[in-house]
Amino acid sequence: MPHQNFPNRTLVVVLTVDLRLMRESHSDAIESSRLAEESGSGEALTVGQAIANLQGSDLGLRVYAAWWLGRFRVNEPAAVDALIAALDDEADRTEAGGYPLRRNAARALGKLGDRRAVPALIGSLNCSDYYVREAAAQSLALLGDAECIPALTNLLAKGLQEGQLVPHQPDLSQPYDALLEALGTLQATTSIPVIRPFLEHPTDRVQYAAARALYQLTQESIYGERLVQALSGSTLQLRRAALADLGAIGYLPAADAIARTHAENSLKLISLKGLLEHEIKQTSSDPLSQDAIRVMSLMDSLL
Amino acid sequence: MSSSLLAQQLIQAVEAADSPAKLLKAVQELASARLEEGLPTLIAALGYNNPGAAVAAVDGLIQMGDLAVQPLLDLLDGYNYSARAWAIRALAGIGHPRALDTLLEAAKNDFALSVRRAAARGLGNLRWHELPVERVPLAQFQVMDALFVVAQDPEWVVRYAAVVALQGLARAMILTQPDSISQILIQLQWVADSDGDLTVRTRAQFAQQALNKTEQENSEPLPLRETRCS
Repeated sequence: MPHQNFPNRTLVVVLTVDLRLMRESHSDAIESSRLAEESGSGEALTVGQAIANLQGSDLGLRVYAAWWLGRFRVNEPAAVDALIAALDDEADRTEAGGYPLRRNAARALGKLGDRRAVPALIGSLNCSDYYVREAAAQSLALLGDAECIPALTNLLAKGLQEGQLVPHQPDLSQPYDALLEALGTLQATTSIPVIRPFLEHPTDRVQYAAARALYQLTQESIYGERLVQALSGSTLQLRRAALADLGAIGYLPAADAIARTHAENSLKLISLKGLLEHEIKQTSSDPLSQDAIRVMSLMDSLL
Repeated sequence: MSSSLLAQQLIQAVEAADSPAKLLKAVQELASARLEEGLPTLIAALGYNNPGAAVAAVDGLIQMGDLAVQPLLDLLDGYNYSARAWAIRALAGIGHPRALDTLLEAAKNDFALSVRRAAARGLGNLRWHELPVERVPLAQFQVMDALFVVAQDPEWVVRYAAVVALQGLARAMILTQPDSISQILIQLQWVADSDGDLTVRTRAQFAQQALNKTEQENSEPLPLRETRCS
């Protein structure tokens, strides 16, 4: 790689953080291309310091160290152990009762790829802090261990009563979108009956997550089409979410609609990239399929 | 209604817009009218911090083509960074070689990846016949060198744009200096083999296929030309 200047790198971090708010998996796609260079380049912390800080007494340093270990994918047993221990932290509390350190530790453990974290993250699904539960669900999806499917499904089922959504809506007491996405990613076909009612959830984001999961579990186009409709959603945020979902499931019939969506070209390009790579992994890259060529032509027009 | 009266009305609508939605609509209307008088207003709209309006203005400026090139180049000296970025996108879309130096610099060194992406794409779209014929070979080599650098950008989407641009440059060079195409094909082969991103590798592979096909088609009439020369 050629010389890189600092402003450039800062921008990527900002963009990555911004996208993470929208969808974790996409921020990772962007992030991963940068990590190899960044992790070796004079960052203020060393691995040893970060692990020590995580176990120290300065709360600010602990929270930062947890984030840092995930950001730079420090996949070392000592780091994983310290992060797992941080999931039980009681020292760092917000006034509202939240656990900032636990949140960061749960997020970091998803990035480190060590499945030893799975039982502890399953435990974190019972944490009183919504954001810890959400981070745990997202990280369990990333770790890809089917062992957590029953726990995720049970938490999702808290939104149901006798197979229907609970009567008091909108119910946002659980991180339903993260749970739905995780179950789709983990190929939890046995959870389909619990997932399906969430297609009717009053919150658009939750509906999309249900459609995304059901498409991944059934490959039925009705769910992909639901997300295509969402591309003409009323707010930019919803359209961005639909772009991310369609890219994640690689729903090829959405290609033209993605290119026409009223949203930033950069997000449309990422979405189409998801379609293209899904297509190439399904078929072969030599010779390139007509569909792959069509997606690339659309991408060319958005540069 | 005369075109200048229409232009005045459309320009006033942009200036009077008091909400982002109205501004977007007014800029869209002015852009689609393609009136020369509207040019300064469209360029001003690049700096209004309204992305929708800026996109509409860029589209309009690209439609206006060469008329817009000098005013856009003048704007680049300005302090408004965001307006600069939109102006580079417009110049990339117009493809006039007068913007060559600006696009070379932006593709290699701009800190915003969307600007590097657009500038790289623009380098593959240049209308070479607008340049005095004796200047074309050197300028094409400059672009080729720059795109080889841009093809190693840290961002996948910028590398993707560099690959698309190399394909466009090779298509132009088939007419002017066919002997140099092989260097581009070697670079594309390198990207197709070794880039870390599946999408970029696939696009490079597609560019190679497309160019090999064009080269075969172009090489067939060659003996005829040789006969005529001798």
